[in-house]
Amino acid sequence: MQLARVVGTVVATVKTESLEGCKLLVIQPLDSSLAQKGQPMVAIDSVGAGKGELVFWCRGREASFPFLPAEVPSDCTIVGIVDSLFVDSEFTG
Amino acid sequence: MILARVIGNVVATQKDARYEGGRIMIVRPINPDGSDAGEELLALDAVDSGVGDMVVVVREGWSASTTSTGSPGAAIDSAIVGVVDTVEENA
Repeated sequence: MQLARVVGTVVATVKTESLEGCKLLVIQPLDSSLAQKGQPMVAIDSVGAGKGELVFWCRGREASFPFLPAEVPSDCTIVGIVDSLFVDSEFTG
Repeated sequence: MILARVIGNVVATQKDARYEGGRIMIVRPINPDGSDAGEELLALDAVDSGVGDMVVVVREGWSASTTSTGSPGAAIDSAIVGVVDTVEENA
């Protein structure tokens, strides 16, 4: 899993049937110092996340599991909203 | 699987139900000599690791979710599956 910030929403009227009802968000992956890393990605939300929130997301086949038994085509799903984050000072910077 | 150092953890109240009871750790991949070896990731802890520990992390989802929650099919792509005592490298 990785940290990310929700930076936008995606609206897609024409989409595969199994994506009906799914909330598509744009997320910017972050490292533990909350610095941006890598490219923004499109994620499906499974926990009620909204714009501006710090979240973590799951990659790969496992990204579709929150929606079982529905087979939602996702390789990037938001699976948690971060309340707080601790990094030992020995490992920062 | 990779070697990594546990550098912190994440607290989340609102999360996928399968994460309940698990600890979400921030880990930094390292080489056997302890030097950094790639980008940080979050991994669910299956072995009661602590911050500062060198650990073994599995990054294959089926194994990760089965090990850390007891059954497959969870939205978990990485898990800590061992705390390393020592690493010996042959010359």
